[in-house]
Amino acid sequence: MQTLRQTGWMVIRQLRNLSRQPIWVVMMVVQPMIWLVLYGQLFSKVPALSGGSGPYVEFLAPGIICMNAFFGGMWSGMGMITDLDRKVIDRFLAAPASRLAIVLSQVVRAGITAMIQTLILLIVGLALGVRVHGGALGWLVVFVAAFLLASAFAGFSNGLALIFRRPESMIATANMVGLPLMFLSTILVTFAAIPGWIQAITRINPVNWGVVAARTAVIAGNDWASVAGHLGLLLAAMAATSLFATWCFRSYQRSI
Amino acid sequence: MDAIVAEDLHKRYKDVQALDGVSFSVREGEAFALLGPNGAGKSTTVRVLTTLTQPDSGRAFVAGEDVAAHPDLVRNKIGYVAQDSGVDWDATGRENLLLQGRIHRMAGKPLHARVDELLELVGLSDAADRVARGYSGGMKRRLDVAIGLVHQPSVLFLDEPTTGLDPEARATMWVEVERLAKELNLTILLTTHYLEEADRLAERVAIVSRGRIVVEGTPEELKRNLQGESVSVELNEANGRLTDAERIVEGISGSVHVEGNVVRARVPNGAQAIPVILGALDDAGIAVAAVTTSRPSLDDVYLHYTGRDFASEDEAGR
Repeated sequence: MQTLRQTGWMVIRQLRNLSRQPIWVVMMVVQPMIWLVLYGQLFSKVPALSGGSGPYVEFLAPGIICMNAFFGGMWSGMGMITDLDRKVIDRFLAAPASRLAIVLSQVVRAGITAMIQTLILLIVGLALGVRVHGGALGWLVVFVAAFLLASAFAGFSNGLALIFRRPESMIATANMVGLPLMFLSTILVTFAAIPGWIQAITRINPVNWGVVAARTAVIAGNDWASVAGHLGLLLAAMAATSLFATWCFRSYQRSI
Repeated sequence: MDAIVAEDLHKRYKDVQALDGVSFSVREGEAFALLGPNGAGKSTTVRVLTTLTQPDSGRAFVAGEDVAAHPDLVRNKIGYVAQDSGVDWDATGRENLLLQGRIHRMAGKPLHARVDELLELVGLSDAADRVARGYSGGMKRRLDVAIGLVHQPSVLFLDEPTTGLDPEARATMWVEVERLAKELNLTILLTTHYLEEADRLAERVAIVSRGRIVVEGTPEELKRNLQGESVSVELNEANGRLTDAERIVEGISGSVHVEGNVVRARVPNGAQAIPVILGALDDAGIAVAAVTTSRPSLDDVYLHYTGRDFASEDEAGR
């Protein structure tokens, strides 16, 4: 209970602080739109990518939503590094702050940011001809997928932040892990167009779990069992990475 | 009763023995300073006592609780002002305080009233609703202290409270800490590498050097135990006779220490020693720019107990 209360107040702190950085707000809104428009144009003449049926942008939109959520989560450890540098974390730790609450506040903040961006992307997508065939439930699934994807990777990223404690190491690791995970998923291309050996990796790639759930909800609007299964996997991943990050406080506290 | 007890604390980081058997105790309501150069182990001691990290061996009790066995109980009773400010730059002073209060399970009207009271106490009422990024160093530091006090702790840890402040802000901070200590009946553990700060704020001082406490007592006791006075002879710049001067003064007083172009000696009686020293230097043709004599300072105490000069030790520890 205390952990939940603290998480709530710390999430409010983070969102409020971020809202005070106008550049960050602008980037948060503009960047995903650039991805959607840019990739939509770049690949629109390659029908094989999306498996053919329907406009490519409709195939792409849930992919970009997930890519955006995934990278948002991947970078969220930077906020933890700033707080470590400014000794805000030390101050919390010397007070009865829950370590899990400190982690969850980053995780939930990443999830909420991803949902806001998802809303913007869906609106832009609608203007470009995207239709969510899954209806209201489809919309909900897309938001939940974005939230969970961002949260799951935010937990991982915050764990790295607590271990490395330096932005350079964080950035290097986020790129080294992030880019392959993106290209080993169906964000840009349909599963059938991926070579067999990569397909095996794609199946166990958490990024792809989000893409499958979101894309099924947008394009097909059926097979809810598969959607629920993939969201469940993401939820488990979020729990696992949050606990991992909480555990990483040990490494940090040994170092100080 | 003792508010803080440290018993034989040891802690090692990779290749540095940060704590090498630190033991001391602080009485309830007392202001106690750990004085030492950078890298001496002061901050590590504070981080152990505030439950931020654990020692390799040794025990510690704060406000009657064992820091290793009951860290949460300790955290409820202490305020911690970290060496580098723990202020959230993107939040206002008030928001910083409210969040800290909420972490301490405070809420509603009592919390808001407490926050107003603290803002008043540290003189930040006017700046309360401005984002802390725009605060001066002194304001951030005072906000830090207020954050440490929000839940009315019985023990306050101030890790290097005035490092990085300009002299004016430092003086303000000293007045502030003195007043808090008096008004709130707090036990204060302060770390500092400013000798005058320890002298001014602490009732008792422990000198820390290389992970150990070398001597402990009131500033007066420490100084009194050093016999005699300190004489500083400043030579004319760059006359190249420093070594000669050192040898001559050493022949008279027995214990000298050179810093820049100043030769410092401890003598039983300054008034008697100065003419002798000056005469000897004059005979050797060494020009003297200035001579001063002083009662022993904590600087001399440090030099006496560690055999090392404070300023150069501080520089080396950076």
